[in-house]
Amino acid sequence: FITKSTRQEMRGTERRHVICKVTKATGQHILIEGEDEDSPYVAKVIRLFGDESGKQKKAVVQWFVRVSEVPLSKRKLLGREPHAQEIFYYQGRSCDDEVDAGSILKPVQVTFGALLPPFPDSALSPPPCPKPSLPPSPPCSPPAAAPTSRGATWRALPTPDLDVMRRAAQGEVRPSRATVSAGKAFAAEAESLHSVTKLSASKCLSAKRRNNSARTPGVRKKLELNSEKKSMISEDILSQLLDEELEGKSAVRRLSDSPPQVLSFPHSLTPIRKPHKAPGALGTFPLRPSSIVLHKVSLSEGNKYHIKILKIISPFSTRLPVPSKYDELLLLCDVDRAEVDNEDSPMLPVAVTPRSSKRKSAQLVSSRIRKQLNLLDNLQDLNSDGEDEEEFVPSKKELQSSSEEEEEEAGLDSDEEVVFKKGRYPAAGSRTPQSKQRTRSSSRTPRKTPNKKVTPGTPRTPHRAVPNIPSRSLPARQPANVLEEARTRLHVSSVPESLPCREQEFQDIYSFVESKIADGTGGCMYISGVPGTGKTATVQEVMRCLQHAADVDEIPPFHFIEVNGMKMTDPHQAYVQILQKLTGQKATADHAAALLEKRFGNPAPRKETTVLLVDELDLLWTRKQNVMYNLFDWPTRRHARLVVLTIANTMDLPERIMINRVASRLGLTRMSFQPYSFKQLQQIIMSRLNKVKAFEKDALQLVSRKVAALSGDARRCLDICRRATEICEHSAADPSTTGLVGMSHVMEALNEMFSSAYITAIKCASLQEQLFLRAVIAEFRRLGLEEATFQQVFVQHQALCRVEGLQPISVSEGLAVCQRLGACRLLLLEPSRLGVLQRVRLNVSQDDVLYALKAD
Amino acid sequence: MSKRKMENTRLPVGECISQVQEMLRERLCHQQLPDRPEGVEAQHKHLLELLKRTAVHGESNSVLIVGPRGAGKTMLLKCVLRDLQEEKEAQKNLLQVHLNGLLQTDDRIALKEITRQLHLENAVGDKVFGSFAENLAFLLEALKKGDRSSSRPALFVLDEFDLFAHHKNQTLLYNLLDVSQSAQAPIAVVGLTCRLDVLELLEKRVKSRFSHRQIHLLSNPTFSQYLQRVRTQLSLPDHFPDRKFALDWNASVETLCEDKSVEDALRRHFNSSKDFRSMHMLLMLCLSRVSVAKPGIKPADLVEASRMSFADAKANMLHGLSILELCLIIAMKHLNDVYEGEPFNLQMVHNGLRAPAAARAHPTGRQLFGQNSEGIPADETHAGPQSDHGGPAEVPTMPHGRQAVGHVGVRLAVCKRLDFTWTFVCCVLCPARQ
Repeated sequence: FITKSTRQEMRGTERRHVICKVTKATGQHILIEGEDEDSPYVAKVIRLFGDESGKQKKAVVQWFVRVSEVPLSKRKLLGREPHAQEIFYYQGRSCDDEVDAGSILKPVQVTFGALLPPFPDSALSPPPCPKPSLPPSPPCSPPAAAPTSRGATWRALPTPDLDVMRRAAQGEVRPSRATVSAGKAFAAEAESLHSVTKLSASKCLSAKRRNNSARTPGVRKKLELNSEKKSMISEDILSQLLDEELEGKSAVRRLSDSPPQVLSFPHSLTPIRKPHKAPGALGTFPLRPSSIVLHKVSLSEGNKYHIKILKIISPFSTRLPVPSKYDELLLLCDVDRAEVDNEDSPMLPVAVTPRSSKRKSAQLVSSRIRKQLNLLDNLQDLNSDGEDEEEFVPSKKELQSSSEEEEEEAGLDSDEEVVFKKGRYPAAGSRTPQSKQRTRSSSRTPRKTPNKKVTPGTPRTPHRAVPNIPSRSLPARQPANVLEEARTRLHVSSVPESLPCREQEFQDIYSFVESKIADGTGGCMYISGVPGTGKTATVQEVMRCLQHAADVDEIPPFHFIEVNGMKMTDPHQAYVQILQKLTGQKATADHAAALLEKRFGNPAPRKETTVLLVDELDLLWTRKQNVMYNLFDWPTRRHARLVVLTIANTMDLPERIMINRVASRLGLTRMSFQPYSFKQLQQIIMSRLNKVKAFEKDALQLVSRKVAALSGDARRCLDICRRATEICEHSAADPSTTGLVGMSHVMEALNEMFSSAYITAIKCASLQEQLFLRAVIAEFRRLGLEEATFQQVFVQHQALCRVEGLQPISVSEGLAVCQRLGACRLLLLEPSRLGVLQRVRLNVSQDDVLYALKAD
Repeated sequence: MSKRKMENTRLPVGECISQVQEMLRERLCHQQLPDRPEGVEAQHKHLLELLKRTAVHGESNSVLIVGPRGAGKTMLLKCVLRDLQEEKEAQKNLLQVHLNGLLQTDDRIALKEITRQLHLENAVGDKVFGSFAENLAFLLEALKKGDRSSSRPALFVLDEFDLFAHHKNQTLLYNLLDVSQSAQAPIAVVGLTCRLDVLELLEKRVKSRFSHRQIHLLSNPTFSQYLQRVRTQLSLPDHFPDRKFALDWNASVETLCEDKSVEDALRRHFNSSKDFRSMHMLLMLCLSRVSVAKPGIKPADLVEASRMSFADAKANMLHGLSILELCLIIAMKHLNDVYEGEPFNLQMVHNGLRAPAAARAHPTGRQLFGQNSEGIPADETHAGPQSDHGGPAEVPTMPHGRQAVGHVGVRLAVCKRLDFTWTFVCCVLCPARQ
């Protein structure tokens, strides 16, 4: 009953203008450019309008989502295996329903099917209903598996050419048990692969089609009115119906053969369908009982053609403006009529395609089907009195019947599928409609290369080898004593249970991201702070929490992606990494940028917000800053649903390195992580140690105070503590120690890490080196400058040697001494090729040098 | 006698000498690690503990070994690794990656080398190395997938660590140190450098990820230790085949070290540089003089070797100069004094050259110049004003009976008067400066 024959398929290029028009017909199902060429979005046009300037055409659409777009977690709720081509009504508000007309690719035919479980487990059992509480995008559609001819079917048929059409028709003979519909078959064969079929074709339909295709190879355009098929059991009728159906695509219904029958179909069928669908819809998704407007138009062109338009008021409460659609259809009819004339006349007497019903399973199934069909007939009869009604109230009986029918169809489908497989690709074991389709098309059309099989639809398996560090041959030893335990806990890498001292920041970031996710909007945040203040750790903690919240359905699900400016070789690699983490695709930087642009720029029934963490933002700086620009621009798009968290070290990074348009897009949501105070550091260590008693309290305080005074870097603090435990361990033999890390150990560790080695180095230098340093200082004093040439210093050195009673050294030796000091960076030297003319500067303060030399 | 026979120790002298040469050369050329690192026991222990924890416990670490050139950084590390390999637990577990800043001059090369040394290229199949970016992602993924308890720890040795800090963005260092500070595959990063200020080279985010452990090899041996070291380096071990020869040799080494002139020479070396590498160079020179005819190191050998190693390289160059070249140098020195280091051109040098020629009262001097300065026209050689400048004026007065003597005399004279002769040699050799 929810039949929609809105798909006008134009064949060949000569109809392009018509297609354009068709595309814009309201109520049509269309394909909209997606992020991926192979899987465009599906939507139904609700309204067309021009924007303010009138230059750009826009459309208000009702989105449908593919199975693949439904988050996994929701998919489970469906309770069955959805067909790959199945689409679901999208009710979420998070997606903008306004699209640019330019992004519309082509119309598709969508077959609406009943909500029924797939064949094997179906029988009469009612379809499992998804949770009523489904978040924005509940999988709405009836199970693709069970194509009921009764069920409202929307079929999408992209313009097939003659061959394709024929093939498709044949192909439909065995639509997959689940969801392969005629439309899909067509689509596949037309190489568009775009069509999304909501429901599979009914068994009757398929049979019809098969016959039809056998008989009428020439038919190109057919309006498919799904409703009719049920009642037709006989081959003749079926074939007729098929013809009609095919014609129906172009909104022309050929009734030449048996007009009365045709006319009867919609009426007889509608009642059945409606009930059928409505319950399912109601049960599963927020569908309102749909009302159907049935328009019959007959074009009395030699009595031969009738145009029948079935108008559907969508179950989703989108009212299709009747007139406009109607007009379009009429127009199409005009266009098509000639063709139909030409094509139809010769088509009738054709050999019936041999059915491979020999196989047992097929026979079995077909017998079952027959039974079911009989049942259906009865039902139809019952319902026939409701023919003329335009709106129906669903009845339970009908629902049941339809479900039966569905099952039957599924049986048929599978049967056919099997046959097909046998025919050409015995190895193609996959039952997924897609693969079937593909196989079918390839079997029918040899010119299609088999590599077509590798379609975008199948998830491309990443061919990248997975690198792995070999695993250790002996197990890692576990910490044996308190100090080792403490050391393990104090290692920076050990993930703490919680992040102490960053509660406020945590809260801010959490609420920021959460609100964005909940609203389905986007935004940027800039986080700054010196290294080791827990920026990345906090964000990751937030993400863990949010992920948890998403898992328990408190907030909508989201994607979390992390890129690090330091972990890429070039700023533009950011695109590549983001894309790869988002979709698994590999692309060059330019291509990745384009794909991301498309993804974030175009509307789509995208379920999930993307949270992108960009660490070390300053490394994404390029001359034109386009990487940063894009990163901050995407969240501002209406459809992007992108939250960007950026991290860098400097607080004023936006002001310093970003040009205005970038800084402005980054916005003012900023957060600064202050260096830890000594109390916080202490708390961090305590929480990490978590009751492992390894440190004296004073020792901890000393470390914290020292680090807080120097940098406030938590990493430093932990490293010092770790080193202190080692020192403590080494001195454990000393009986005076308590076994705890005490002040002395910490002091030693601090000295090791913070004391400058310069003074020690000077003390350890050889006599001539020390003399040379002295000479340098003497020469500096003489010149009053902090720089001298080697020549000048060497004169001083010779003098000092005489004073010290040493044998004066040769110039080569002097140069060697100078070079050695330069290698240690006690002296700063110019490149040595300058020889005696190179300039010498001290890298240490004169006081340090004198202190070191005096103590000597 | 019977004892000797029993030990089968009597070898021909030539055989013994070649054995000595081989053994000591191996030792002096650092091909053989010492059994115990001398003077750096504490550092050795520290490093060994650290690496052992990585190997055994899977604890990630990073450490820098800092010390002047020739201080024994590499030796220390090699000793530690050798000792580490002796432990079964560590030996089976540890993967090693050795990089050198002089070889891996940028991150791209370094990454390839790491991938190769970790044998990760097996995982990539035939397509071994992709782009730089892929390589990086590949390696990071590999490291990220590991974890503390299950992955084999990897040891990254970065020789000339400071050069890695000059790579673009310090990407490699950041990533290695980041891995060492996060819960990924356990790695130990050991950097070797002679720069004391190496930490200042690190970007602050890289620096923050470094554990700040530094092992300084700043030994301060006294002269007696130095002398002892010479002794041990020269003495033959007990397991030398010819025991008698070994004893004789060792005794001669003892006497050598007690010799006054030797001690002076060594002290001079000690004053100049305490590092052992220069001492080894000196001993190598002595060792190479040992032959069948002279089985043993004599004090004169060492003194001569010391004289050679202290010889002024630039002054040595003057030995081979012709008279004309020397004259040019003298003229330049003169000009240098006159113009106080300002640059001068060939014309000026040439003009300066004529002065000494004209100043010569002595006919032989003139003759000398006439004979040897083909490049200078005779009239010019004889013309020219008087000169009263010291340097050039001395040339005629030198003894000139024989060429060689004249050369040496000139050198001595020049060297005495001009401290910076080599500057002018440079001028001669580098036309650009004239």
